[in-house]
Amino acid sequence: MVDDLIAQVQAAAGTGGRLRIRGSGSKDWYGEPWQASDALPVLDTRAHAGIVDYDPSELVVTARCGTPLAELEATLAASGQMLACEPPRFGPGATVGGCVSAGLSGPRRASAGSVRDFVLGARLVNGRGQHMAFGGQVIKNVAGYDVSRLLAGSLGILGLITEVSLKVVPVPVAEATLRFDGLEQATALERLNRWAGQPLPLSASAWADGTLHVRLSGAEAAVRAARSALGGELLPDADASSFWAALREQSAPFFAGDEPLWRMSVPSIAPPLALAGQGLGGELLEWGGALRWTRSTLPADALREAARAAGGHATLFRAADTLSGRFTPLDPALLHIHQRLKAEFDPAGVFNPGRLYPGL
Amino acid sequence: MDMPARAATGREALVSRLKALLPVGSVLDTEEAQRPYECDGLTLFRQLPLATVLPSTEAELVATIQACREAGVPVVPRGAGTGLSGGATPHPEGVLLSTAKMSRILDIDPVARTARVQPGVRNLAISEAAARHGLYYAPDPSSQIACSIGGNVAENSGGVHCLKYGLTVHNVLRVRAVTSDGDVLEFGGGALDSPGLDLLAVLVGSEGMLAVTTEVTVKLIPRPQLARCIMASFADVGVAGDAVARLIADGIIPAGLEMMDQPATRMVEPFANAGYDLDAAAILLCEADGTPEEVEEEIARMSEVLREAGATSLRVSASEAERMRFWAGRKNAFPAAGRVSPDYYCMDGTIPRRRLGEMLRAIQQMEVKYDMRCPNVFHAGDGNLHPLILFDANDPSSLARAEAFGADILELCVALGGTVTGEHGVGIEKINQMCVQFPAEAREQFFGVKRAFDPHGLLNPGKCIPTLHRCAEYGRMKVHGGAVPHPGLERF
Repeated sequence: MVDDLIAQVQAAAGTGGRLRIRGSGSKDWYGEPWQASDALPVLDTRAHAGIVDYDPSELVVTARCGTPLAELEATLAASGQMLACEPPRFGPGATVGGCVSAGLSGPRRASAGSVRDFVLGARLVNGRGQHMAFGGQVIKNVAGYDVSRLLAGSLGILGLITEVSLKVVPVPVAEATLRFDGLEQATALERLNRWAGQPLPLSASAWADGTLHVRLSGAEAAVRAARSALGGELLPDADASSFWAALREQSAPFFAGDEPLWRMSVPSIAPPLALAGQGLGGELLEWGGALRWTRSTLPADALREAARAAGGHATLFRAADTLSGRFTPLDPALLHIHQRLKAEFDPAGVFNPGRLYPGL
Repeated sequence: MDMPARAATGREALVSRLKALLPVGSVLDTEEAQRPYECDGLTLFRQLPLATVLPSTEAELVATIQACREAGVPVVPRGAGTGLSGGATPHPEGVLLSTAKMSRILDIDPVARTARVQPGVRNLAISEAAARHGLYYAPDPSSQIACSIGGNVAENSGGVHCLKYGLTVHNVLRVRAVTSDGDVLEFGGGALDSPGLDLLAVLVGSEGMLAVTTEVTVKLIPRPQLARCIMASFADVGVAGDAVARLIADGIIPAGLEMMDQPATRMVEPFANAGYDLDAAAILLCEADGTPEEVEEEIARMSEVLREAGATSLRVSASEAERMRFWAGRKNAFPAAGRVSPDYYCMDGTIPRRRLGEMLRAIQQMEVKYDMRCPNVFHAGDGNLHPLILFDANDPSSLARAEAFGADILELCVALGGTVTGEHGVGIEKINQMCVQFPAEAREQFFGVKRAFDPHGLLNPGKCIPTLHRCAEYGRMKVHGGAVPHPGLERF
């Protein structure tokens, strides 16, 4: 099966062809829009599927790129384990390869780490059609440059990920979600940063419209102690799990509609984002204040400047139109490194041209 | 990778230029002054550099790199020099660039839970400075009292608590670094991610070959209210290994999980007075941390699993002093090896934990084959082994056997599905074993990464990634020689 994928890459590389790497297409809308390249032949990863190795006592799972994320997570759950970064699927068919390539993490990210933090190894077909393994199946490994983590969030521009090994963790013994009403954004941010500096088992947070939700995960005793320390109103378990699932998958009402959705990634201590004293639009905060979703029709430059001034960056995450310029432009010297990396991995420019930045 | 050609200006011209660029005392060029820099923690390899430069500021560091690039002279970055793989072994025709004078803690932000520090700041100094805010920096390599954060970034250092708290790559938010072009770049930042490719992920662990770090922002985390450690004794090393697997499979992630075999505990005990059970074939140190209630709950769960898994006795630290003693023994394993033997050679492979029994049996056979002792300490939670081969460097036969013994262990790590280095880095020490772990195409892709950051091939050339030529040579020697006399030496 993998030979078939490699053959397609080699054929494209030999003829100046280009390929669009695609699993289920659950994240087709993410990244630079496919414009001229919409007609590119698709390198469909879904047939290269299946869990290659999983031994719960090793805390590592290895799966092929086309493996449905749902299948992987169900397998882990059956052994009481999970992907700690809670990657969103954004569609029923989301694949492991797409999860790593998009590099998007869910509610647990601020406390547990991102997709890249859990990548231990990957197999990659580069633009020459060479199939190589980087990293490995062990938690500690510093042999060679960490190419496998570089692939997380690369949107396929360096090559086709055929297989990944991910660190997994046990599902927490206990979990509780607390709700706090009537909190201004600034107050919520102050509390979240203060709590994050204390030994509390925080595992997720969300603030919108004056309401803060906080999730605690860990040992029974730790969750119990934190509940009494923090106060708030305890959500029933079923409500809590649907609340966090709706946040993770962006099916919550905040995310509905056509207004552009901006992802503002800033230091958690940044004060509420504003332009000339005005708020940016509807806002939803996650990750202890470090991730701020904004529904806004303000110009991209203005939003980027607000994020930059706060010490972060802004991504046009979802938009109805096909405007280019989804990601914050890179400093020229960093862009230069990106261009040289692209040339080293994919000299003929076979993979996902322009998906991360125009020209890459 | 081709070495930058030495310009005709020569050594003297570069040294005078550097002396003009930097304050008095920042450029060392006498043999006597440079002796302390001739090796890092891998003392088997000693080499005087062309000159040793100690910039005090980022501007001086940039000027040094620019001067070296213009002269076509390689630059070898060095932190505290505690590395164990020869990553900071000087280049005979290169400048050794020490960050020792850049050792200021620039900012501790207790609300953001970050520390911004210069590269020469010691690992432990960060936690000490953050302590008054109830915060600390989690990665704790055994050398943390001396090793620098710049070196930790270069090596992606781990420690005894990284199963739960992660490696350097998981705890560094931002690195400011200078490329061989002289550009000062920011990788990562104050937010949890950055636009574009995750270059920070590849910079961490790149052994000073992609850019030279001038500033690091690390994540600080709340100090747990309490930590307690179980010392569990086992009559058999394999049973101890199975106990580790049972703990993990039971959903327990200990804050620290270390194994020492009997030769290791007996080696350490007279030195550290840790209170280890010297009759046990192996001991496990298993730590829980968190709130007092959480620790009590976890210690009870761990104790139950360890007993069911065949522990012959359990001792739980009754005080912080006793817990520190348990760890002091483990953290002093390397110095203790130096006490019982003229020299020791510390290996650093990682294997899938389920192969531990096989590995330890193979090491026992190698002890017979090479007629050398090899106590084992082991980061059991993450499969990272540190066999300590005891030898005498003054005896050429002993040295050669130790190196061949080490090579055998590393190659077995690869064969068992692991890696030649878990946390010490490749440097020059394991460069031949990289030929075994990575085929030519992957090694060439690594060189591509190197070229993308350092098109001049200026930074730490010849480390970490072996050339095709070198691997071909190594393959031939393996065929003809069996035991290789000096695997670290260039042979072409």
